[in-house]
Amino acid sequence: MFLNDYVLPTAIIVAQILAIVVPLLVSVAYLTYFERKVIASMQLRKGPNVVGPFGLLQPLADGAKLFVKETILPAGSNKLLFIMAPMLIFVLSLIAWAVIPFGDGLVLADINVGLLYFFAISSLGVYGVIMAGWASNSKYAFLGALRSAAQMVSYEVSIGFVVITVVLCAGSLNLSDIVEAQRTVWFAIPLLPMFVIFFISALAETNRAPFDLPEGESELVAGYFVEYSSMTFALFFLGEYANMILMSAMTVVLFMGGWLPIFDIAPFNWIPGPIWFFAKISFVLFCFLWVRATFPRYRYDQLMRLGWKVFLPLSLLWVAVTAGGLVSFGWLPNQVAG
Amino acid sequence: MIIQALAFYAFAFVAIAAGVMVVASRNPVHSVLFLILAFFNASGLFVLIGAEFIAMILIVVYVGAVAVLFLFVVMMLDINFVELRQGFMDYLPVGALIGFILVAELAFVVGAWVVSGDASMVQAAPAPAAAEISNTRALGMILYTRYVYLFQAAGVILLIAMIGAIVLTLRSREGVKRQRISDQVARSREETIEVVKVQSGEGV
Repeated sequence: MFLNDYVLPTAIIVAQILAIVVPLLVSVAYLTYFERKVIASMQLRKGPNVVGPFGLLQPLADGAKLFVKETILPAGSNKLLFIMAPMLIFVLSLIAWAVIPFGDGLVLADINVGLLYFFAISSLGVYGVIMAGWASNSKYAFLGALRSAAQMVSYEVSIGFVVITVVLCAGSLNLSDIVEAQRTVWFAIPLLPMFVIFFISALAETNRAPFDLPEGESELVAGYFVEYSSMTFALFFLGEYANMILMSAMTVVLFMGGWLPIFDIAPFNWIPGPIWFFAKISFVLFCFLWVRATFPRYRYDQLMRLGWKVFLPLSLLWVAVTAGGLVSFGWLPNQVAG
Repeated sequence: MIIQALAFYAFAFVAIAAGVMVVASRNPVHSVLFLILAFFNASGLFVLIGAEFIAMILIVVYVGAVAVLFLFVVMMLDINFVELRQGFMDYLPVGALIGFILVAELAFVVGAWVVSGDASMVQAAPAPAAAEISNTRALGMILYTRYVYLFQAAGVILLIAMIGAIVLTLRSREGVKRQRISDQVARSREETIEVVKVQSGEGV
């Protein structure tokens, strides 16, 4: 009785969580390798090629190196928050995966407000950064944290409006329903401007180039994690890369039809959904790296201008246009009678 | 059911403890972090009663936006903790008064809910089961129909607050150099570059 009611469901949930987290961590490790290889070939270099065949063991070597280093706690730091900040960033980058649908019904928690859950978790990421910057008791770290706080809050606003247009078209906050609503056409096509804004805002939200001002190694050394070393440093990196994968997954779910094949015809729909999902995520991740290899870093005032004066009015306008279009053509999903 | 009860007590206990720590902790940054913890547990309580939409909105709005700005400001303040402690007794009567008013108002609300005739009408209004209709839809259907004017009024109040904040902080300063993107884009080659043939040995 006790076994069936509590132990068994718990064991199943734990197994499911491991089935998501372990491949995710492996992907994070190999995303760093992928990034170095992609940027290397864009710059006509070879990239990591010494450790193992094609340098494939490089991420493991990097991890082992960081693991055996000494963790340094700066004397003037706030010890508890200093340790908590990287843990927070890492944990937050993992728990958002609970609502991501990998395939038809392949989702850990199929909750009705999945999109809001994702939005809530991603808005928390800024705390890890602020806590790290403040607890380090260092000027560079603090400046990086302040930049990051302002940046992440600004771009969240436009992400919010973009998400609203998607919700209007799908008629649901459940991520599986949003994917199913794209069976006829991916939202990337009717909502193309929003797709572009979402992708750029995702770059800003994950503090990636060209919006990596919080790290800004040329002026702030490494921004908010300048005082960190060893595994605390590694956790920041794991968190950042896991967040990149997460934002790519959200881009795929919201705009590129999630696990659905490109065309619902013979050779394409033989391939199972999770593989489509993985392939699309890989493509978006490639775009993340491509952008990093292509564009120089933004100036801070330009970053703010882009967020508040370009993206925000544009996405707000598009919300009005989408809502008006859906109502006037009678395309609203889930029409409520009366 | 047992798990739910345990979760309720855990959330409630942590929320109250965090609320106490907001007031009690010496470092204002810690206070804000405890406030965030309290918000979190409140949202956990909302999930337990099945109000998942409100739980998520609570986190998005209060934790994700309001508290970030709060933390932002508090971190930049240069606070002398000893001085802060000294004023404690002076502010105690005012704080106690505000606390008393809050408790009294809460009592009024609960009292009205229990005894008032209007409230009994609201209580009797049919609430569909959670399985039938999702939270989001239920809220939308009542917010945009029955309470639409109040909803609009709330929006207008927020707009006024926003304009007020902008008016209070906007200062037009003289002599500030600003980047005008449109001017930069509209620049043509002719007005920016001059090709000069320089005679050797003479200079420009």
